[in-house]
Amino acid sequence: MSELNEQQAKEILEKVMRMCKADTCQAGIGGGTGGNIRYARNSVSTAGEASNRNLNINVSFGKRSGSASGNEFEDAALERVVRRAEELAKLAPENPEWIEPLGPQTYQKTPGYYDATAKIDPEYRAQVAADSIVPSKKRGCVAAGFLQDGSQWRATMNSKGLFGYDRRTNLDFSLTVRTEDEQGSGYVTRDYNDAAKFNSAESANIAIEKAIASRTTKAIEPGKYTVILEPTAVSDFVGNLIFGFNARGAEEGRSVLSKKGGGTRLGEKFLGDNVTLTTDPFNPEVPAAGWGGDGLPRKPMTFVENGVIKALNYDRVWAMKKGVEPTPNPGNMIMAGGTGSVEDLIRDTQRGVLVTRFWYIRAVDQQTGLVTGLTRDGTFYIENGKIAYAIKNFRFNESAIIMLNNVEALGKPVRQGGNLLPPIKARDFTFTSLSDAV
Amino acid sequence: MRRRDFLHLGGGAAGAFALTRKTGKDWFGSLTPIPAGEKKALADVALNAAKGAGATYADVRIGRYLNEAVFARERFVQGVNSNESYGAGIRVIANGTWGFAATNEVTTDGLARAARRAVLIAKANSKLQTEPVQLAPVKGAGEVSWVTPIEKNGFTVPIQEKVDLLMAVNAAALAAGATFINSRIFLVNEQKYFASTDGSYIDQDVHRILPGFNITVTDRATGKFGGRNSLSAPMGMSWEYLSARPAGKFQTPVGVQYGKYYDMVEDAKLAAEQAKEKLSGRTVEPGKWDLLLDPSHLWLTIHESVGHPLELDRVLGYEANYAGTSFATLDKWKSKSFNYGSKVVNLFADKTQPGSLGAVAYDDEGVKTKRWDLVKDGILVNYQAIRDQVHILGEKESHGCCYADNWNSVQFQRMPNVSLSPGTAPMTPADMIAGVDKGIYIVGDGSYSIDQQRYNFQFGGQLFYEIKGGKIAGMLNDVAYQSNTQEFWNSVVASCDNRDFRLGGSFNDGKGQPGQGSAVSHGSSTTRVNGVNVLNTARRI
Repeated sequence: MSELNEQQAKEILEKVMRMCKADTCQAGIGGGTGGNIRYARNSVSTAGEASNRNLNINVSFGKRSGSASGNEFEDAALERVVRRAEELAKLAPENPEWIEPLGPQTYQKTPGYYDATAKIDPEYRAQVAADSIVPSKKRGCVAAGFLQDGSQWRATMNSKGLFGYDRRTNLDFSLTVRTEDEQGSGYVTRDYNDAAKFNSAESANIAIEKAIASRTTKAIEPGKYTVILEPTAVSDFVGNLIFGFNARGAEEGRSVLSKKGGGTRLGEKFLGDNVTLTTDPFNPEVPAAGWGGDGLPRKPMTFVENGVIKALNYDRVWAMKKGVEPTPNPGNMIMAGGTGSVEDLIRDTQRGVLVTRFWYIRAVDQQTGLVTGLTRDGTFYIENGKIAYAIKNFRFNESAIIMLNNVEALGKPVRQGGNLLPPIKARDFTFTSLSDAV
Repeated sequence: MRRRDFLHLGGGAAGAFALTRKTGKDWFGSLTPIPAGEKKALADVALNAAKGAGATYADVRIGRYLNEAVFARERFVQGVNSNESYGAGIRVIANGTWGFAATNEVTTDGLARAARRAVLIAKANSKLQTEPVQLAPVKGAGEVSWVTPIEKNGFTVPIQEKVDLLMAVNAAALAAGATFINSRIFLVNEQKYFASTDGSYIDQDVHRILPGFNITVTDRATGKFGGRNSLSAPMGMSWEYLSARPAGKFQTPVGVQYGKYYDMVEDAKLAAEQAKEKLSGRTVEPGKWDLLLDPSHLWLTIHESVGHPLELDRVLGYEANYAGTSFATLDKWKSKSFNYGSKVVNLFADKTQPGSLGAVAYDDEGVKTKRWDLVKDGILVNYQAIRDQVHILGEKESHGCCYADNWNSVQFQRMPNVSLSPGTAPMTPADMIAGVDKGIYIVGDGSYSIDQQRYNFQFGGQLFYEIKGGKIAGMLNDVAYQSNTQEFWNSVVASCDNRDFRLGGSFNDGKGQPGQGSAVSHGSSTTRVNGVNVLNTARRI
């Protein structure tokens, strides 16, 4: 019921365009069908399925704009949303930053839809839960996990002839395994477009092994340590970095990318030599939709090359003001890495801390990019190229900019949260206090 | 009958729009809830379909969720948005296991189909069930209704009035020296109808409002920038919150603070002045300080270090994979001697507080709401629990704090309003400051982070004033305090009296998988906490 094919979506959007009496109209519809299963205490807690469709409309009379949305699709309901947007637009003051909708665009198809994911049913989800729960019980552990799968589609159209349609599937899995005595905790997370790539039993085993290995911890003094951040920890700490490369904030003097005396860090060597950050919607490991919220066709871009800031995000308004080409919203982040594994990085480390993941990271100072957060679900001390023992969790206060200037080695990038990220070895990471949390 | 049919009877959707527009009461034809009788008929279809498919219990929530936002920066409005979502969620128990399905097809066929799907899911999952659901009994409420006691529905306020307010706010900030300002007003209306096989048919119309702004000041020459956010609170109110009535103002030694009513223009002017002062504030000397925490700040510490760890589902491990578990384990509660805080610390949960975000008459599983103690004279005495959990506490009645953030989300245990009782001895913030030799007075919420069992936390703020010899001695910068929950609450020495009691809150507190938001208030009076570890957060890059 929920899914519309390209032609059906187009017909609804054309109807919306015909209903609209404003000078310009942009409309998007999207929806999806999805399901999830959640388990804890080695038992299923909640599970469900939901389907929905949404319509979003933005209309303008001159430079006056209004937006409205709804999820009912009968003609009268569609018209109600259109009229509501029009009414709001008429009442809104002129926006000096109003910008003409884009003309027709060519969106290249990117991979992302897989039948294996779309056909997931309650039995499949129950089996994934069983693949966590059964071995956890056997090993004296308690599993708490979550699987979410879905098939989403969206279409966009405007009164200047732009149209796009995209559909993709996704599977997101995460699992925390704790030992029955509550002294050890392990974690694993996986995400795919294609469910055929997902091995639930193998994934569960990673969390189980980490929980058991982290059962007996030693407390070591907070301070500066060499760290090996597993890809999940890298994702937690810097996984959103390029999405914040906002040109406007930098040029307005209120960003870590702003420069003393005015201007930005664009073109400057700002991060370590071994740091290269790109985006590519066509990457088969982490495909992204062909366009983002701004409607511009996505394309491969380099934001940081060997530590030099190569690009900032210019939205259409700011690009027009500055007389530069706008940049499309990136759909993923790809960090260049090496070929080795986490184990290889450990082997090359005399003393250091292995971090499975971070938790509750929040900005402390935007001026320096300082954030705070904690380690969680498997933190280990490394000595002479081996994991020596599990350690108590730390709170850290560190800037991503400082960490990315201290990178000593990078491993092979893997998919994490829709991005492609390597494990990182970095020196002088600042842990500021101990946490009793397991 | 569907909503559109109802509108057709009234002259069609466009006709209804024109009619209400003229009266100025219901601009978009969505503010008048669908008649309860219409929803009851649909709900009964869902409940019967679920029972027919083998459910031993079922509830259905038919909801229309509205929100409106106006946002502006500097001297112009960036957007005016109006969003609406309508659908139904059906939750069942079959074979002792929960199942849930939701649909935006609010028809007899759509609801019956979703009900059967929910039963199918419950049965599939029952194979892994080791703890069959035990529901605390609830007496059917019959057909009842409740509306947030608002004075003026913000959805009916003309857009022009909202725009004028934000433009006045921004102009005041810019005139007072702000380099940038982003301001906004959010309005929420949840029209939700709950029915269950227990015989409840509950129609509720819930309202919330969140006005706010962020001010930035920059110094190009030094490259330094900083800011101050609004000191408003999200409230379970509507447009009346923005009336700037004097009764809502609290004069403190560092400026005006706000309670039940908010003066957004006044706060913007003050914020710009304070942001400039803050930029040249002294950097803090790290070490132990006595802290005086204003309610605009303390709400967040209560939220993170009391509200979350006392959610029974966290304590039991149901949130282990996401939000985490809790240090406040059942053995500590059972001991009846666990010192959560000092003797002056009394923390209570309350889903009935007027003006609060969590206030409703019934929760989202049909339980009448109430107030109860969590920490009494410093001792942990209870948790927050819903129908399928209270048996673990030996109680026979749910606490009434079940919530779902939309029709397509499954309801589960969410934090009620959790507040710190005011002190019993007469004391104002000025009196409290006079008694502090070396301290920091913190106003407004800032950076916040806490571990997954809620031991180790770190909080920032908006404004930090040094207290020296009982007097305010200028602004400090780069301040964050880091502590352990039990140590912190045991270091509380006093709270101001109830004249200073104010609510703060979170408009969108995240929990669960898939993630859901909820809105929750936390009240307190200005509170003194001795000997807290303060960090200096300045760095060079």
